[in-house]
Amino acid sequence: MTIQRTELSRRRLLGLGLGAGAAATLGIAGCGGDDSEGGAASGDGGKTYTGPKVSLNLWNGFTGGDGDIFKKLVDTFNAEHANIAITVATYRWEDYYAKLPGAVSSGNGPDVAVMHMDQLATFAARKVIQPVDDVASALGLSEADFAPTVWQGGLYQDKRYGIPLDMHPVGFYYNKTLLERAGLDPDKPPTNRAELEEALAALKGKGIQGFWMSPFQFTGGMTGYSLVYQFGGSLYNADATKAAFNSPEAVEAVTWCAKLVADGHSPANVGQDADYLALKSGKNAFNVNGIWQVNDLKKSPQVRWGVAAMPQVGSRRSVWANSHNFTIVQQPRGADSNKVAGAKVFINWLSQHSLDWAAGGQVPARRSVLDDPKFKALTEVNTLAGELPDAAFPPAAPGIGDVTLLFYTAFNEAVLGKKSPKQALDDGVAKADKLLEDNRKKYGS
Amino acid sequence: MHGRATPYLFLLPYLAIFGVFGLLPIVLGLWLSLHQWDFQLPDKPFVGLDNYRELFSADSLVFGDWWESVRATAIFTVASVPLLVVLPLGMALLLNRSFPGRTFFRALYFAPYVLGVAVVGLLWRFLLDANLGLVNHLLGAVGLPSDTPWVTATPWAWVSLVGVTVWWTCGFNAVIYLAGLQDIPAELYEAATVDGASTWDKFRHVTLPGLRPVLLFVVTTTILASANMFGQSYLITQGAPGNETRTVVSYIVERGLAQNDAGRAAAMSITLTLMLVLVSVANFRIFRYQED
Repeated sequence: MTIQRTELSRRRLLGLGLGAGAAATLGIAGCGGDDSEGGAASGDGGKTYTGPKVSLNLWNGFTGGDGDIFKKLVDTFNAEHANIAITVATYRWEDYYAKLPGAVSSGNGPDVAVMHMDQLATFAARKVIQPVDDVASALGLSEADFAPTVWQGGLYQDKRYGIPLDMHPVGFYYNKTLLERAGLDPDKPPTNRAELEEALAALKGKGIQGFWMSPFQFTGGMTGYSLVYQFGGSLYNADATKAAFNSPEAVEAVTWCAKLVADGHSPANVGQDADYLALKSGKNAFNVNGIWQVNDLKKSPQVRWGVAAMPQVGSRRSVWANSHNFTIVQQPRGADSNKVAGAKVFINWLSQHSLDWAAGGQVPARRSVLDDPKFKALTEVNTLAGELPDAAFPPAAPGIGDVTLLFYTAFNEAVLGKKSPKQALDDGVAKADKLLEDNRKKYGS
Repeated sequence: MHGRATPYLFLLPYLAIFGVFGLLPIVLGLWLSLHQWDFQLPDKPFVGLDNYRELFSADSLVFGDWWESVRATAIFTVASVPLLVVLPLGMALLLNRSFPGRTFFRALYFAPYVLGVAVVGLLWRFLLDANLGLVNHLLGAVGLPSDTPWVTATPWAWVSLVGVTVWWTCGFNAVIYLAGLQDIPAELYEAATVDGASTWDKFRHVTLPGLRPVLLFVVTTTILASANMFGQSYLITQGAPGNETRTVVSYIVERGLAQNDAGRAAAMSITLTLMLVLVSVANFRIFRYQED
């Protein structure tokens, strides 16, 4: 299960929300620590909050193990800040994105919301979140503090809407037991196309289908996404006005994925999550999956696994990645400047404490944390952090998430053999261009 | 005591509820369908019948997806309704006889119906997985093909969706039939026996006519339920391969709630409603014709 797809019952979700709420309430009741701890880095106006006590609501979609780590961080924050109390509510991402706009327009929205990078433009255009340029400047944050791609991704129409918390790329997971069985070095996973194809041939020699290719977005589609960029293609043109995922490079990339089935390196009809489950159960040697699976795999000590940067199959390095961002939500009844000030303190505090967040299986967005020796000690997460300079983040355009889904549908048809890769991608692009046109009309950009 | 207003006063509470939760949403839906509507955007332009016209013009954004989803819903309905009408009838006939353990079996066959669609969907998605699922494993163990793509290729995906739905909901229809069977007077069967009618004669000339109102109810509600199928394909096949098993309701949810395109989604809902009204009218006609 990936974090985005973790299934939780409503009751459990409510339980999480209420539990967090209760924890936060305790935070208010308990005596607070010293405010100034919040802004330890460099003295600036926005870093501390000395006004009357404010309580802030924060919404996120961390339903997996990451949710517990997030809650612990919030509890620590609440204990350290006597006059700010954060209450956390957690929903499944899909529900969360559907629920947020309605809650905001009826005045029941949160104060702070965590959001994926590719959703920022949509929610900015729909006036759900407000610009946070002042937060960035008050906190003295600039591109130099973050990985440039992530920092740029928070911009929409030259305004900043998100403060990056983390980055989560996909990585290349491998089953060491299977590599050994095929006579390969379990500590040297393939790093390029030749090595990968050689390893697959060796595995096939032992009757092992080495690289199960899931036809679904999680995470076969993300493998395809990464390879499109590796082969020199792109999902969209530079300003994201036209879809480009039927370029010869993209067709080549998707064909490479689909061919794994034809070549006997993957069974046909791999189901949702079956690729990953097969890796864990010793049937599949390689799986491209999210960095968030590191913690899940650590729960299974009997599985001998490793994770490496994604091999370079195409002409350059690239991987799918996304990023969680903090946003400040619009308040139709007028913003409370004390709340905004409290939110700034929280965002800055958590961004600085994102080393603990890294333990949840995410790469911190902040450079200072990335360079921290304690982060280097988180072996797996740190390995994947190395991929980020080449990461292909989704572009910032309103409604783009819905368009990207059309790539995943085309990928599905190609890998399942319903259409040839070229045909599937051509059809997808035709539809995508219509949707992009429709989005432009709708959002007026 | 009884003024002229009395019956209306008794009707009023329901009327209020129906008005707020039934009538008003329908009227609002009609209103939405005439606009390009994202409740979060300040500009919600009136577009007249454009949202409807798009459903029938081949070069529009939604045309291909819409008709593919109509096709998916039609296939599912045509395949599932006969099974969901006939199988539960057979079950009800069996469960209506007296034999030891009857109550146990009645409960057993009804049991799946109490599960939520999320449970049913996840359970079967794992059981039906082509490579890791229990179903293919068992088929392989008895020497049958063990690589059937139950959820990722048609027609197998339809077999799975219909099969799961029948397993899940046939207990409900069986209970309705059972109630209907118990309403047929025992004297009719006794009289038929005296006249020397065979078991088949009794079924054909006593049971079926006695069940006609129940049958009409079951057929109508089953068609509507099948035409509104959403959860099973959303969870088990995720619309795959491509969007072949994405149903109308699934597509409406995607457009309206995920892509915030309430205008188009409302136009689709109303078009689907009109289609179902036609089917239901035809259905009532057929049953009435039989009565004459």
